[in-house]
Amino acid sequence: MSLLEVKSVTKSFGAISVLNGVDLTIEPGTVTALVGDNGAGKSTLMKCITGIYAADSGDIFFNSQPMNQLAPGARRALGIEMIYQDLALAKQQDVAENIFMGREPTKLFGFVDKAKMDEEALRMIKRLGARIPSIHRPVGLFSGGQQQTIAIARALTFNPKLVIMDEPTAALAVREVESVLNLMRQMREDGIAVILISHRLNDVMEVTDRIVVLRQGRIAADLVTAQTKMRDVVEYIVGVHN
Amino acid sequence: MSNDVSSPPLWQRLQFFFDKKLHLRLESIIVLFALCLALAILSPYFLSVSNFLNTLLATSTIGVLAIAATLILCSAGLDLSIGSVMALSGIVGAYLCVVLGLPWPFALVGTLGTGALAGYVNGQIITRTSIPAFIVTLGMLGIARGLSFIIAPNGGAIYGLPAPIVYLGQGRPLGIPTPVIILALTALIAHYALAYSKFGRHTLAMGDNENAARATGIAVEKLRRILYTLSGLLAGLAGLIFMARVNSGDPVAGINYELAAITAAIIGGTSLFGGKGSILGSIIGALIMGVLQNGLNLLGVQSYYQQVAIGVVLIFAVWIDQLQSAKEKKA
Repeated sequence: MSLLEVKSVTKSFGAISVLNGVDLTIEPGTVTALVGDNGAGKSTLMKCITGIYAADSGDIFFNSQPMNQLAPGARRALGIEMIYQDLALAKQQDVAENIFMGREPTKLFGFVDKAKMDEEALRMIKRLGARIPSIHRPVGLFSGGQQQTIAIARALTFNPKLVIMDEPTAALAVREVESVLNLMRQMREDGIAVILISHRLNDVMEVTDRIVVLRQGRIAADLVTAQTKMRDVVEYIVGVHN
Repeated sequence: MSNDVSSPPLWQRLQFFFDKKLHLRLESIIVLFALCLALAILSPYFLSVSNFLNTLLATSTIGVLAIAATLILCSAGLDLSIGSVMALSGIVGAYLCVVLGLPWPFALVGTLGTGALAGYVNGQIITRTSIPAFIVTLGMLGIARGLSFIIAPNGGAIYGLPAPIVYLGQGRPLGIPTPVIILALTALIAHYALAYSKFGRHTLAMGDNENAARATGIAVEKLRRILYTLSGLLAGLAGLIFMARVNSGDPVAGINYELAAITAAIIGGTSLFGGKGSILGSIIGALIMGVLQNGLNLLGVQSYYQQVAIGVVLIFAVWIDQLQSAKEKKA
């Protein structure tokens, strides 16, 4: 049984049909790229998996468990995390408050255990090898790369089984890109499944095991990265591959 | 903190303690004390226990409404109806006891229940439709005010409440006016909830970035309904205090109080755009307004000037806030 199974999922917004029956399976400990032109349905598909959107039809199973009825919080609890392109950080809250958002540990009388949050946030930031001047500052004051680290830390703190990364390198400097790619390799070694949405095909060719091309709401190709040339991927994306 | 500069100056350490541990801005307290000090020097009547308690008593209604305003503002919402809902709650409570002759607990339940119901309706409309909170609560402002006049016989005040209710407004257990005790208890509970509980963390997260809150699994719409219901409930509590103090349900009670409550919250450091705020800060904000009014009264300054002064303080408070965050950005 695969970790994630998406079966004939469709989704439309009004008259616009975005997903036209998508099938996708993801195995543990693999890095899968999801590529496609703008509007191909990548983000919509991912939001159906995380529960932000409800699929119109079709089924999604995670560890053989049906997910269709579950809210985003319940899916996170099962181990599905997503790092959003806009990072989805609350800019006025501090580092720990962002990392533990929606899952704050509590102690007696329902008090949020801020000391524990700070401690674990600091440990996670250090594990990711990032330098953050003070974890008590609002995250909006940090640089793009630092904010990216905080978003990644949020996804990794709760031992995820599947991490979806939406354009994680788009806003980063060269050195920071390399560390994000290394992180993905590390996650693969730890048995975590990664879905990488990216326009940067260099990154995709370098780090993934498999490339899934989405085109007009359908899977246009499912390729093994090691046996694929970048030109083929581009042709599938624009729909000229024969 | 281990990863901060090893020994920051005392002022910064104090700021950090107040901000992070107490969730209260040091600056607000200093402004309040400076104001009190100035008035104590200017007026011989200012520094007395009775004047102190009177100021607190005069602030109690606005204080309770400021708690409601703070909770809603922190979630990036707006509730313009609290002043009118306060009046409607009082009218319903007074009507049940005085006109219908029901026992006093009905006034208690009727007042709080009316407030909560109005807030619940606000929350349902805001979350089930895409009508902005500004419009919905502006509508409720008119509806509640109109209903207050419709329910009140001949549109006038309803006098003669049962003694236990009047005690809630005029009683002085241990010499402290009951409304002040009610405000203090409510503020402490609300401060705990906003600053230290999951409910508060989720409210601030939602006000800061609603999509992020939703993505991390916070049930945003449900939380919003709870917040507006709470806001209404607190308006009902303010209505209860007010009617008990003046011993009547009055349809003209609380006009423009929603704006005064929002002013208090903003003077106390709560952001109009969500994600940042403190209940105790708002109470300090309400006290700054109350002390200012009281002091200017004692000095014989016309009430029109008091309005000018509060307007100036409001703008000044936000300006200081912006300077502070500009400094943080540079640091």
